[in-house]
Amino acid sequence: MEWETVIGLEIHAQLATRSKIFSGAATAYGAEPNTQACAVDLGLPGVLPVLNREAVRMACLFGLAVDAEIAQRSVFARKNYFYPDLPKGYQISQYELPVVSKGRLIIELEDGGTKTIGITRAHLEEDAGKSLHEDFHGMTGIDLNRAGTPLLEIVSEPDLRSAREAVAYMKKLRSLVRYLEICDGNMQEGSFRCDANVSVRPVGEKRLGTRAEIKNINSFRFVERAINFEIERQIDLLERGETVVQETRLYDAARGETRSMRSKEEAMDYRYFPDPDLLPLHVDTAWLEEIRALLPELPDSKKERFMFEYGLTSYDAAVLTSSRELADFYEAVEKSSGGETRLAANWVMGDFAAALNRDGLEIGACPVNARMLGGLIRRIADNTLSGKIAKQVFEAMWEGEGDADSIIEKRGLKQITDTGAIEQAIDEVLAANPEQVNQYRAGKDKLLGFFVGQVMKATQGKANPAQLNQLLKEKLNS
Amino acid sequence: MHDKTLTELAAGLRAKEFSSVELTRYFLDRIARYDGQINSFITVCADYALQQAQAADQALANGDAVSLTGIPLAQKDIFCTDGIRTSCGSRMLDNFIAPYDAGVVERCSGAGMVMLGKTNMDEFAMGSSNETSYYGPVHNPWDREAVPGGSSGGSAAAVAARLTPVATATDTGGSIRQPASLCGITGLKPTYGRVSRFGMIAFASSLDQGGVMARSAEDAALLLNVIAGFDERDSTSAEQTVPDYGATLDETLAGLKIGLPEEYFSDGLDTEVARIIDAAVDEYRKLGAEVKAISLPNTGLAVPTYYVIAPAECSSNLSRFDGVRFGYRCENAVDLEDLYKRSRGEGFGAEVKRRIMIGTYALSAGYYDAYYLKAQQLRHLISDDFAKAFEEVDVIMGPTSPTVAFNLGEKSSDPVSMYLSDIYTIAVNLAGLPGLSIPAGFVGSRPVGLQIIGNYFNEARLLNVAHRFQQVTDWHLRAPQPFAD
Amino acid sequence: MSLEKTDIEKIAHLARLEIDPDDVSRYARDLSVILELVEQMNQVDTGGVQPMAHPLQMAQRLRADEVTETNQRDKFQQIAPQVEAGLYLVPKVIE
Repeated sequence: MEWETVIGLEIHAQLATRSKIFSGAATAYGAEPNTQACAVDLGLPGVLPVLNREAVRMACLFGLAVDAEIAQRSVFARKNYFYPDLPKGYQISQYELPVVSKGRLIIELEDGGTKTIGITRAHLEEDAGKSLHEDFHGMTGIDLNRAGTPLLEIVSEPDLRSAREAVAYMKKLRSLVRYLEICDGNMQEGSFRCDANVSVRPVGEKRLGTRAEIKNINSFRFVERAINFEIERQIDLLERGETVVQETRLYDAARGETRSMRSKEEAMDYRYFPDPDLLPLHVDTAWLEEIRALLPELPDSKKERFMFEYGLTSYDAAVLTSSRELADFYEAVEKSSGGETRLAANWVMGDFAAALNRDGLEIGACPVNARMLGGLIRRIADNTLSGKIAKQVFEAMWEGEGDADSIIEKRGLKQITDTGAIEQAIDEVLAANPEQVNQYRAGKDKLLGFFVGQVMKATQGKANPAQLNQLLKEKLNS
Repeated sequence: MHDKTLTELAAGLRAKEFSSVELTRYFLDRIARYDGQINSFITVCADYALQQAQAADQALANGDAVSLTGIPLAQKDIFCTDGIRTSCGSRMLDNFIAPYDAGVVERCSGAGMVMLGKTNMDEFAMGSSNETSYYGPVHNPWDREAVPGGSSGGSAAAVAARLTPVATATDTGGSIRQPASLCGITGLKPTYGRVSRFGMIAFASSLDQGGVMARSAEDAALLLNVIAGFDERDSTSAEQTVPDYGATLDETLAGLKIGLPEEYFSDGLDTEVARIIDAAVDEYRKLGAEVKAISLPNTGLAVPTYYVIAPAECSSNLSRFDGVRFGYRCENAVDLEDLYKRSRGEGFGAEVKRRIMIGTYALSAGYYDAYYLKAQQLRHLISDDFAKAFEEVDVIMGPTSPTVAFNLGEKSSDPVSMYLSDIYTIAVNLAGLPGLSIPAGFVGSRPVGLQIIGNYFNEARLLNVAHRFQQVTDWHLRAPQPFAD
Repeated sequence: MSLEKTDIEKIAHLARLEIDPDDVSRYARDLSVILELVEQMNQVDTGGVQPMAHPLQMAQRLRADEVTETNQRDKFQQIAPQVEAGLYLVPKVIE
């Protein structure tokens, strides 16, 4: 039988606010245990939640970016269950009336086509703390620093049909939240987490199969593996005539498999009801327009513009707009270079990206800024530098030796474009190698490279290659 | 001394007739002497009080004093106090010392008031008789066989017995007005949102409201001046300006329109209580008020509605008491579930468990619409009844409680009959309106309270209406005999 | 609605309350009586009535995104039943 996979993703994006969603405690990652958990986060008696305006703004910004409806009135509800990392015994979330609903995101497929994935809803909620299972005399330690960190839970429609599509969707979403500067997208630190609802059904069947929910998969690679494992598992079961049980499963990265979560086995009855400590959230038109006005250019339209405005290929435009930082950097380099759109693209994606990668640096923290790289490109464009020498200059800039012009000056790297000077060098080389001149003239064309090399050596690589080639041929053939 | 009004005490402090330390010692002595008979305090904090009193005397000497500087009060043990145990009447919090002050406590300390101690209450404010307290029942100062009402029974009894000039309290379904009525004092539940809920241990968040207990409306007004006002730490706190509640007490009642809801005078109302309420209403006629019959047709549904909403909210609010971060923890838990179940099972008393279970049931899958949603819809209807009534009248009057104080143990085995004793107070909480109870007479030795309900944020008018009555009657001046000296 | 002992056990489990087996039938009886009272709600047709969650028609106030809390771990953990290395300890959690 042919099977079709149906996947829906729930992404939890930690919003990049300074303070928590309902308290004034800091959200910084990596603090000593429980030093960033205030009375509200700890659920001490009598203390109350007050909503962070910035978290709401970020949720709305996201909603606008995915063409969603932003609710003028949304409601916070309590999701009740007992767990040690959930101090109040309930999680404040949004249930019936989320702030964002009915959005969409376009993903690129491997065949070059695109597909629109529906976003059912995105709602605000608080994160839980962490259970540390190192051994404390057979006990578990609870750190509540993360408790109360704002989360935007983004729920997709079951529109995804393969693990690859799921990964493409997730990558696109991650790029988007980073563009919007509402989430750092750091999967290692858990700021961008994914639960996947996976089911299979016979091709042609309209009804959905029974799904399993795979929890907390913390890298793109694991998402793909976990989903593929789960698809195989479910198909195996169905083909053996067994049934898929609706349950929560945990991905075990070490074993590359999913397994049933014992603690979640019992049927959950969350007893949702509106949180009486919080009033309905109102987002009025005026505020929404204020937020919309600050919406940055989004990846899709930026890519279109890069192709149109800079004449870049679809591929180059996609790479350069994959993050807002990179796109901004490209535009700054292009501007400093005096409009060298292609050269700027090649350098940003080529030597510059390679150097970043090699040294594990972020654009903002690297030694070469956009003005410096633009200045270098300017010298290539005006023939001051050959491409080969330019690479040397780039390395010197990276090492902190100053900008391109001062390095060229200091090292005397200026390209020789004076015809007389190049001719003189050629004449000397030809005079010194009569044997090779004869061989060339007898038909051994390959020797041209030899002469180029000799002249370059004599000029320390500074001769303009195009001029050199032309003049050399003229002299040899005369 | 213990019969002096707040105004007289404040004047005495300023005239140096006595110091705050002397005044504080005086009330601490009374507590030591009398509280054994009524059990109105869970914690008496003499050292803390004397320190505050010394600071108050200093402020008085420096001319930094404000109106109630140096005057003692008692806090209901539901308000968190930094450094002093806050038990909420429960074994669960028998060892709990809050690391912060409640908004109300902060305001009282900020105004230079002196905290004598924390008053007894029904466990987590769930009860109408003060019999569910882990620290034992409170006795009614008027008759030790009788309950003081609840849940703020300790505050009411302490004020009635003159163990403190005033006290704070909270009211979720009548917990200020009913004990005030049963103990013969003045108790005001303000509009929902008027007094900060920060640091006030939650029972039912959408109903809970802090308020005041005093012997007179005038004293209540002065204490309300201190505790009312916006608190940014409470999302449900109202950003409304606070008037000077003392400034309008003497305004005339001529032309005041009083509504008497027929539903508050029907079956179930004790005839003696009815007679006393009628007499009180007659006093108002004499003061120039117009009295008219009104209807609050959904009154009968208030108790059923309340017993869905309050338990539902409480079932969730009380989940944080799990033996992990504070409070009672059972011995030798074998696993996590055992830790939760035994800490909560042993830490909570029977009434609290009943309400948690009712609420859990009402919110559980398949029952939400039939119970919780239905109750919220009825809450709307009940609230609309009041809105309609206030189009015609300025205040609504009726009995606070259908009977005078019942005997200890009389209703403790029958939860529903206990719940029905709040039949006239509960609707006010559902609507979020302000309500007040003042002494209006006695049936035998037991006091009867007149309830006065006002429109939203109209506490000043309620206090004015109560005060004018107290100018022409002396019920509020009567003291229970054993505590008169 | 009349609750059976098994209902009480189920509810008590959801609410994580240990109930003495001897008390289960008493709770079943008490809760059934309370539910009987509650069911008087059904006397009124509430079709089309908006549910009311809050007494006041106010909107949620929003706080500025500022860190206002400082580390008070020592003070907070003084009242904790069991802590070690700054962590709250609970019996082993199995996932």
